[in-house]
Amino acid sequence: MIRHDVAAPPRTERRGAPDPDVLLDVRGLRTYFKVLDGTVKAVDGVDFSVKQGGRLAIVGESGSGKSVTALTIMRLIDQPPGEIAGGEVWFDGRDLLTLPISELRKVRGGEIAMIFQEPMTSLNPVLTIGDQIMEGILLHQDVSRSAAREIAVKAITDVGISAPDRRIKQYPHELSGGMRQRIMIAMGLSCNPKLRIADEPTTALDVTIQRQILELIKEIQERTGTGLLLITHDLGVVAETVEDVVVMYAGRVVERGTVEEVLLGARHPYTRGLLNSIPSKGKRGHRLVPIKGTVPNPFRMPPGCKFQPRCPYAWDRCVEEEPTLIPLASGGASRCWLHDPAERVRLHAYDHDTEVLPT
Amino acid sequence: MDDPGAPEAFPPTIDELEGIEDYEVQLESLNQWQIAWRRFKRHRLAVIGSFLFLGMCVIAIIGPIVLPYNFLDIKRPDQLVFTGRPPSWISGDWSPVLLMGETARFQRDVFTLVINGARLSLVIGIGSTAISVIVGALWGGIAGYFGGILDSVMMRIVDSLLSLPILFLILVASRFLGQGSWIGVLLIFGLFGWLGISRLVRSLFLSLREEQFVDAARAVGVSDWRIIVRHILPNALSPIIVSATLGVAGVIVSEAFVSFLGFGVDVNTPTWGNILSNSLEFVNQGNWWWAFFPGLAIVITVLGINFMGDGLRDALDPRSRA
Repeated sequence: MIRHDVAAPPRTERRGAPDPDVLLDVRGLRTYFKVLDGTVKAVDGVDFSVKQGGRLAIVGESGSGKSVTALTIMRLIDQPPGEIAGGEVWFDGRDLLTLPISELRKVRGGEIAMIFQEPMTSLNPVLTIGDQIMEGILLHQDVSRSAAREIAVKAITDVGISAPDRRIKQYPHELSGGMRQRIMIAMGLSCNPKLRIADEPTTALDVTIQRQILELIKEIQERTGTGLLLITHDLGVVAETVEDVVVMYAGRVVERGTVEEVLLGARHPYTRGLLNSIPSKGKRGHRLVPIKGTVPNPFRMPPGCKFQPRCPYAWDRCVEEEPTLIPLASGGASRCWLHDPAERVRLHAYDHDTEVLPT
Repeated sequence: MDDPGAPEAFPPTIDELEGIEDYEVQLESLNQWQIAWRRFKRHRLAVIGSFLFLGMCVIAIIGPIVLPYNFLDIKRPDQLVFTGRPPSWISGDWSPVLLMGETARFQRDVFTLVINGARLSLVIGIGSTAISVIVGALWGGIAGYFGGILDSVMMRIVDSLLSLPILFLILVASRFLGQGSWIGVLLIFGLFGWLGISRLVRSLFLSLREEQFVDAARAVGVSDWRIIVRHILPNALSPIIVSATLGVAGVIVSEAFVSFLGFGVDVNTPTWGNILSNSLEFVNQGNWWWAFFPGLAIVITVLGINFMGDGLRDALDPRSRA
C-alpha cells in the first residue's frame, strides 16, 4: 500500500479539541506493527499533553515505544507494517491522525519541527546545507528564493555557527556531528514552529557536544516560546531541560509528573529502578542497583503488569490484573497497584525500603 | 566551534575562534562529483576511453559539415561498378580523397558514409538510452519508494516483459512500426531498454527510502514526488550513470545488428549497421574496406564507452571512496 497515507484509525469516543492552552494532546495512542510472528504493540494506549510553550520529556529504555510515539504524532510510521490502531493527537485544534495528507504536510515542518537521533544520517549527503534548510522555508512560507536564503543564513547564525554564507554552500560530510545537529535545529528554527520534537537529539554526540546542543535547544525554546517534546533515555538530560516527564515502559505510560516529582520523588518501581541504576554524586560509595532482567518479549507480554516480571515488589495482583494509571495526591500519576488507595499498607512498606538514593 | 583547536589560552578569544573557523571553511570543499572526477582522472584507460568516445561524438557533430562530399547529393553513376576503389593510401597516393576507399555499386566514398553513419548510430545510442533511463528511473523509483502492492504489480509487469524474447520483438517492431525510420528505431530501443534500469533503480530506492534523511525530509513536509526526484534520485545517480553509459554501447551494437539484418534503419540514412549490411555481398569481391571501416568505428566507440563506464564505476562507487 502507499505508505504514510494513513487511513483514519477506528474511533471509540471523541472528546473534541482540548483547551486552547494545551498545544499537543495525545490520547489513547496505539501503534501496532504487524509482522510475520504476530503483532507488536509498540505503543499501547499512551496519553500525555504539552502546554503552549511547555517542555515535556518522554523517558524510557530502548523498545519502550518512545520513538514510535514521536513518529506516530507526525504520522511518519511506515504502513505496512505499522498501523495506527487508535487514539487522537490533538494539535492546535486539529486531530493530526484524521487530517488529510495535504494538510498534514503543512503541519510537518511548518508547525511541528523534528530533530532526529542521528545527525550523521538525517541530512541528505548530496544536497547542500543551504538547499536543505531552504527547502522547508520555501515549502511553508510564501517567500522568494533569495529571501529564503536570508532566513536560512539567519537560522544558521542563530544556532551558533559562524560563516553562515559559506556554510550553506557546504555538504553535510564537511561538518562535524555537532554542527549537523545544529543544522537540524536551524531547519526547525527557520520555520517558526509551535512545537519541536527532539528524538534523542544528543545520543549520537559526544558528551561535551551533548551539553551545547541541549543548551541550544533549551535557549531557543525559551526565546521563541515553542513547545518541546523531548524523547530520551537519559535522565540527566531530562533534569536539565524539561518541566514535565512521562516515563514509558513496554508501550505504556508508567509514571507521569513534573521533573521534581519524578526525579526526586519517583513513585513507580520502574522509575525508582532507573534512578538507582545511574551513577550520581549522592551515590558515591554505594553500589549501583540495576533493574534485573530485560524488557519483555513483545510477542509474549505478561498478562498483568508489564513490569511485574522484573519488579521486586510484585505480588499476586500484579500478575493477574494490569494496573491503571492511578492519579497521585502529589499531582502525578503512576501505573502501579501500590498506589491504589486500597494497598496503602504495602505502599508504606515499599516506601520504607526503597528510599530513593539522593541524586 | 566544536573543536577549538589547541587551547593554549582558555577560553580562546573571539578573534582566535574566528581565525580557526576561517581556516576550516577555507579547506577546499568537494562535493561527491568533484571527488569522483578526481578519481576518474587517475583511471588512465577510462580517460583514453572517454577521448575515443567524445572524439567520435565530435566527428559525428562536425564531420558531415566539413566533409567535401555531401551524403545526400550522390552523383548517379552511368553504370554500376562491381569493384570499388581501395583506400588511396594503399597505392601510396596520400590525397585526402578516398581515405577509406570507395564502395562498389554506387561508388560512394566510405569515409563520408562512416562519418554520416556516426551521427545516427550515436544519436540512436544516446537518445534511446536517455529514454530508457528516464522511464526506468521513474518506474523503478516509484515502485521502490512506495513498495507494497504497487511495487509488486509494477515489478511483475517488468518481469513479464523481460520474459519476452526481446530481440525478436525488436526485429518485428522495427519492421512494422519503425518502417526504417531512425526515429522509430530509437524509440523502439528506448522503450525496450528500460527494464533493466528500472530493476536497478528499484533496488536502490528500496534501501535508500529507509535512510533517515528521507524521514527527515518527510518530517519537513516534503511531498512524496519531490522526495523521489530530489532527495532519493540524486543519491542513486552513480549506478544509474554507469549503467546508462554501458547501455549506450549496448544499443550501438544492437542497432548495428538489427540494421545488419535489414530490419533497422533504411539505407538512405546511413548508420554503421546498414553500411555493414550493404557491404556484405561485395566483401568477397575484395571490397574489404567497405566493411572494415564502419566495423572499426563500432569497435572504437564501444570500446571507448566500456572503458569510460569502467572508470565511472570505480570513480562513483561510494565503497571505494578515499
